[in-house]
Amino acid sequence: MIRVGDAARAPEFPDAARSALANTQLRRNVRHATDIIRGKRGLVVAEMDDWQALRDAGSRIKAHVLEHLDTYLTRFEENCTRAGGQVHWAADADEANRIVIDIIRAHGQSEVIKVKTMTSDETRLNRALEAVGIAPYETDLADLIIQLGNDRPSHIVVPALHRNRAEIREIFLRGMHLTELGREPEDLTTAARGFLREKFLRVPVGFSGANFLVADTGGVCVVESEGNARMCLTLPRVLITMAGIEKVVPTFQDLEVFLQLLPRSATGERMNPYNTLWTGITPGDGPREFHIVLLDNGRTRVLADAQARETLHCIRCAACLNACPVYRQTGGHAYGSIYSGPIGAILTPQLQGMEHSQSLPYASSLCGACYEVCPVKINIPEILIHLRRRIVEEQGPYLERLAMKGAALAFADPRWFRCAQTIGRFLQRPFERDGYVRTAPGPMAAWTSTRDLPAMPRQSFRQWWAARGAPRA
Amino acid sequence: MLIDLFITCYNDTLFPETGKAVVTVLERLGHQVEFREAQTCCGQMHFNTGYAAEALPLMRRTIDVFRGSGPICVPSASCVSMMRDHYPSLAAEAEDPALQAGVEAFLARVYEFSELLVDKLQVTDVGATFPHKVTLHTSCHSLRSLHLADQPVRLLQAVRGLEFVALPHHDECCGFGGTFAVKNAEVSTAMGLEKVRSIQDTGASVCAAGDNSCLMQIGGLLHRQGAAVRCLHLAEILAAREAGANLPVLRQAQGRPERSRGTPEGGSHPIASSAER
Amino acid sequence: MSAHPSTPAARSLILGRIRDILGERSEPSEAGYRRIPRDYRDSGILTFEACVALLVDRLQHYQVGVHRCDPPDLPGTIAAALLARGRKHLVVPSDIDRDWLPPAAEFRPDEGLSYSDLNGCDGVLTACSLAIANTGTIVLRHAAGEGRRALTLIPDYHLCVVRGDQIVQTVPEAIRRLAALEPALVTTVSGPSATADIEMTRIRGVHGPRTLDVVLVA
Repeated sequence: MIRVGDAARAPEFPDAARSALANTQLRRNVRHATDIIRGKRGLVVAEMDDWQALRDAGSRIKAHVLEHLDTYLTRFEENCTRAGGQVHWAADADEANRIVIDIIRAHGQSEVIKVKTMTSDETRLNRALEAVGIAPYETDLADLIIQLGNDRPSHIVVPALHRNRAEIREIFLRGMHLTELGREPEDLTTAARGFLREKFLRVPVGFSGANFLVADTGGVCVVESEGNARMCLTLPRVLITMAGIEKVVPTFQDLEVFLQLLPRSATGERMNPYNTLWTGITPGDGPREFHIVLLDNGRTRVLADAQARETLHCIRCAACLNACPVYRQTGGHAYGSIYSGPIGAILTPQLQGMEHSQSLPYASSLCGACYEVCPVKINIPEILIHLRRRIVEEQGPYLERLAMKGAALAFADPRWFRCAQTIGRFLQRPFERDGYVRTAPGPMAAWTSTRDLPAMPRQSFRQWWAARGAPRA
Repeated sequence: MLIDLFITCYNDTLFPETGKAVVTVLERLGHQVEFREAQTCCGQMHFNTGYAAEALPLMRRTIDVFRGSGPICVPSASCVSMMRDHYPSLAAEAEDPALQAGVEAFLARVYEFSELLVDKLQVTDVGATFPHKVTLHTSCHSLRSLHLADQPVRLLQAVRGLEFVALPHHDECCGFGGTFAVKNAEVSTAMGLEKVRSIQDTGASVCAAGDNSCLMQIGGLLHRQGAAVRCLHLAEILAAREAGANLPVLRQAQGRPERSRGTPEGGSHPIASSAER
Repeated sequence: MSAHPSTPAARSLILGRIRDILGERSEPSEAGYRRIPRDYRDSGILTFEACVALLVDRLQHYQVGVHRCDPPDLPGTIAAALLARGRKHLVVPSDIDRDWLPPAAEFRPDEGLSYSDLNGCDGVLTACSLAIANTGTIVLRHAAGEGRRALTLIPDYHLCVVRGDQIVQTVPEAIRRLAALEPALVTTVSGPSATADIEMTRIRGVHGPRTLDVVLVA
């Protein structure tokens, strides 16, 4: 079954947003975090005089890969296998989880150290592992915070940004069974380092995602900050990687584009602390067994819609989240999906099927700030409108459709338009005072609950023009 | 020159003063304005909400109505954005080469109001007087779709007596977003309140913009709060002529039934009285 | 070695879907690949000295200790760096250039050392493959003198020797040089590890070596 975390059961965005707006701590944290990253990103992008050329190249490389996705995937498979890797394919979430479980069981293991990857959140791997008695240990600091706090991620790159240090300290005290813990951020990371190091040096199975799959060499690249990925990718005997099929890039040289676009967009750094690239198995250095699971889980659905296919360019930098004025108000949980913000609004419904997550494409004012910062030039506003169209055409809400058809009729002829204006002026009379409507009926009540609405003036522009007579030169 | 006016459906219905102001400014500059009464709507609301099938005939009608016109002035960046960003692809989808040609010819003649003045007519000083402190909100469409630069600011700065103050975070969305304002009213309001805070922090008595859609959102919040800040379309400021407290355009810009806008002084001028406060 | 997919059904299904969606391609992938516009900078413009200065600046921005010396003074500089850090018992790749090693400290070759051994040492000394000035990045491909990956990962201190001819200004130049070497393994290091997961404060040193020194031999 295709799955995107728990998105199929999430509440509608307007309802979820309402609760999120009431959480002032969350809003403060989100605002603080996104302001900082946006500022840092702005600086490191401004110093690149070839930034637009990089974006163009990044976008074109991704578009090209999608046009020849089968070629590049099979080329990757061939080269990775030649280097000693074992390539598996998974059509959906359940299949992917089964493959991972089978590999771990084949080694008689019951623990696995994990590097952050959204693909395993998509498939709900942790739940599947726990159900069969395998313990997954998240090793990214934020994911550790989420796991120990029994929480959900709220941002793609900084998943625990809705938590402040006091909350994190509480979570660590309880989850790590500590008797004391300092209050400074440094104390918290030191605690995490100690708690996790024991696992890094001992657990024989590691699990990761991948940022890039290099077709011409069979190499896999993981981009990170903390060092936990290096730990999980090198120290265990067995490594299992799960990667969406859209992660493939044609050549090693193409990394020159993405390793410039990604760190600057994601965390506002010229380069993130660590990148690891490995190719199959290297005797004497790292895992003795390497498996990679190539995951579809709805990606071919996205590919099938030529106008929305661009969604698959995404390199998971979350610059769009940081730029989005809607995300800024609500944080990520309101989107009901591990993929939140602008990219979440287009990716989640497409992966899952449009009958779920219908409110997400409408969770946007179409301001375009996301498109401006997307390093691979995904035209998110355009795709949002396209998805709205699919929703209307595939399962249009009845009353809204009626209203829209009514409006279209009014616009079809100036006489009907004038007539509609006259009717409108008449109907507004009981509600209008001093030129404004303070309490409107029907759908407009949502407007007037917080804002005044200007009343229609007595005379429209066209009436004024008609009354004016001959124009003055 | 003969300039055509595409008033836009919502300006026609809700903000006729903006249209009157555009006519005033263009005539003052010696041009003749034509208003083709067959016009209705560009189709943006339908298109953006997902009703492309309903937007198509509206586009056709707009192209037909303006066939053979002079330069077309549109006092709404969002409507211009609809035309430039989506008319070509809608026409291509309709597989109608005549329509596609019509769209191309039409777009070559379309100008947003400040684009028309500064880029086409090459004028920044339109002979306006407006002795008030004014800040400018830049709509998302004007910034990211039309890539308007400083045309609106230059026009404002040429107005006699006007004190221009830049708006911090001027490029952040006001929260209108068409049907978004109703479908996601709470988030829209939260976004709008941040915008209102920025505006109030400038100390300006007037917030200008090239889009009445944004001003409807911003003005609606300000008015609900009883704030002493007025929202005016750029055109209405540029149409202002006489100096002094009782500027006729401001009385017109109140635009609503005869009663004053709930100030305790009754008939006194809301802008002047707010300046005195 | 041909691919033995363990999941042949899924493989056919996914590739089948992709081929159905994309249909007959009008040209081979190489043609489309060649048309991708590459108008970004592919190399730097700085002089060698300016490039070195930039690298030093970027490294120091990441709080990496930077020492510079001429080739004959390398062992002495290494000794000084270790003294400043109070580090005496280092591990080195077994194929490190022994001429580098000063007598004052102890250098244990990485021969059959366990993770626990590595965890207990003071630090590690290695060579590298490249350094990128624009981004302050050290690039390892774990070839001669660079050690296996665990070596530069587990110890808490890493001292890396960078030669002048290994310095490039831009990322594309670095990737080009690397590509020519066809590395199976690459690790890039840009400052000690960091996280910004706690209230967006960048906190150094989570898992990798928390202290880094670079000796530039140029």
